[in-house]
Amino acid sequence: MTSVLSVPAPDAAPPRRPGSVRFLWLLVVLAALVLLMAASVAIGSRGVGWGDIVAALGGSQETVAEAAVTKRIPRTFLAVLVGAALGLAGAVMQGVTRNPLADPGVLGINMGASLAVVAGLAWFGLFSATSIIVTAIAGAALAAVFVYAVGSLGRGGPTPLKLALAGAATAAALTSFITAIALPRGDIAANVQSWQVGGVGGATGSTITPVLPFLAVGLVISLLSARSLNSLALGDELAAGLGERVALARGLAALGSVLLCGAATAVAGPIWFVGLVVPHLCRLLVGVDHRWLLPFSALAGACLVTASDVLGRIVARPGELDVGIITALIGAPFFIAVVRRQKVREL
Amino acid sequence: MTTTHTLVAEELTLAYGERTVIEGLDLAVPAGRITAIVGANASGKSTLLRSMSRLLAPRAGRVLLDGRAVHRMPAKELARTLGLLPQSPIAPEGITVSDLVGRGRHPHQGVFSRWSREDDAAVAAALEATSTTELAERAVDELSGGQRQRVWIAMALAQQTDLLLLDEPTTFLDVSHQIEVLDLLTDLNRVRGTTIVMVLHDLNLAARYADHLVALESGRIHAAGEPGTVLTEDCVRAVFGLESRVIADPISGKPLMLPIGRHHATAPVAAEVRGASEALSPR
Repeated sequence: MTSVLSVPAPDAAPPRRPGSVRFLWLLVVLAALVLLMAASVAIGSRGVGWGDIVAALGGSQETVAEAAVTKRIPRTFLAVLVGAALGLAGAVMQGVTRNPLADPGVLGINMGASLAVVAGLAWFGLFSATSIIVTAIAGAALAAVFVYAVGSLGRGGPTPLKLALAGAATAAALTSFITAIALPRGDIAANVQSWQVGGVGGATGSTITPVLPFLAVGLVISLLSARSLNSLALGDELAAGLGERVALARGLAALGSVLLCGAATAVAGPIWFVGLVVPHLCRLLVGVDHRWLLPFSALAGACLVTASDVLGRIVARPGELDVGIITALIGAPFFIAVVRRQKVREL
Repeated sequence: MTTTHTLVAEELTLAYGERTVIEGLDLAVPAGRITAIVGANASGKSTLLRSMSRLLAPRAGRVLLDGRAVHRMPAKELARTLGLLPQSPIAPEGITVSDLVGRGRHPHQGVFSRWSREDDAAVAAALEATSTTELAERAVDELSGGQRQRVWIAMALAQQTDLLLLDEPTTFLDVSHQIEVLDLLTDLNRVRGTTIVMVLHDLNLAARYADHLVALESGRIHAAGEPGTVLTEDCVRAVFGLESRVIADPISGKPLMLPIGRHHATAPVAAEVRGASEALSPR
């Protein structure tokens, strides 16, 4: 060993990085997303032909079929945006809390955003899109802080199960608050369901545009924290030893994820489990390096929500099921599987 | 390339909440040498190490690296000079050895900078030095305890710091792996001149491998210096409350501590110990 140490070995062969495998998966996920987006435009309660789709993409709304397709385009974009936001937010939250059960839905953060909006609508007469988004983000941040504080009480600090329990209990309580606020109010009770179960139906360009800057800021902050999350994954002490300012890094990453899921909830309502399922699957594909995991989770989240939306239109024809119901059907068994593993270890 | 960094604690007082762990401690770490900190459980060894690597802010006094207070230095700048391997770092599930070792490069990278050739070279050299090159693509979860500890040390090496602090690097290892790790650290010290400070449980290994031995007794330094002068029967009695014999280690010539205990001592030794304690006890 001594002889090895004395050689600086600058020409030593660099360790092989499985970059090519990751690149291949990147292409696969991108292709899947494009196909799903096409399916989302083509498939719906009303069957349409390829001619109608082409015409509608060209801006024509002359036939009923073309009009239907025109309505599906913003809906598809919203599904992609919301899915990407929730997938990315979930991956960041799992990294920040080193908790395999972290998810914007499970931790009650989306319900916090929802309740804030419903309360705002009922009591403060919110009407502008931006004020709804800001309220949702504030609600998400409050819920995040509350759940983290409750989950940290007692021995052992914020363990995965304690955080998940605190989050689930908070989410349940917030859901009933939403009902309690909305039921006596005829003016908003009609809409209350959309603040309990999220969906992307009814999206138009004007509902999407105001949320874009918030999603963009959340996206940039989240992606920039990839390297910090890699350090935090080794434990707070080692992260600090590597020159990470642990509290600052954790706070910034949490801010990024709260922006993402607050903004997503403001336009689509609370959607559970996307942020839980997606990062776990992506870890199997590209490993635990957040510089790959975060963008992958965004892409795969977009795929999952788009696919769920399409599925929701097929299974309940001629009606449709909200995305939030489909993702819960997929996510709940997954959640149980993660919990049931021999030990829910910290990430 | 001998390092000349000075790491000094001045009148250091450390506390967790109301509980004071270290009080008014002065310590100078000799540059380019191996320092071992020993002491009973809860004597403040790990706390002292944590503070020297700025994980714990002092209640009073300060820790100076080259004359600058470590708690005021930019985090990454400090991390390029002083590395820390805590007692139980976390390996993310499924992480590969090369990925883990690569994370030691963190203080050398900016937010936007890409992985560079120097990073690759540093990782490759760290893997070589710890004989873990063959393990590079394996998952850390699959490794044995000894292999895993070598991988963590490789990560610390990839950080390329002139000072390295280690909190009980031999815990949970069998005796051959303990020797392997300590030999590796000695190589590092002799070849690269890396200053090493480690907390060790095993007094005899500490005496053999350290140039400078620090014995802590409830938050104060009982004795510090060459192992030959520090590790004495009086010192073991004061620091650990244990009767012992200290002889010359036939392998290294360093002091070797043999605990006496209540059961297995031969009659002459037992009588001598009894006599000594009766002479000491007040009538």
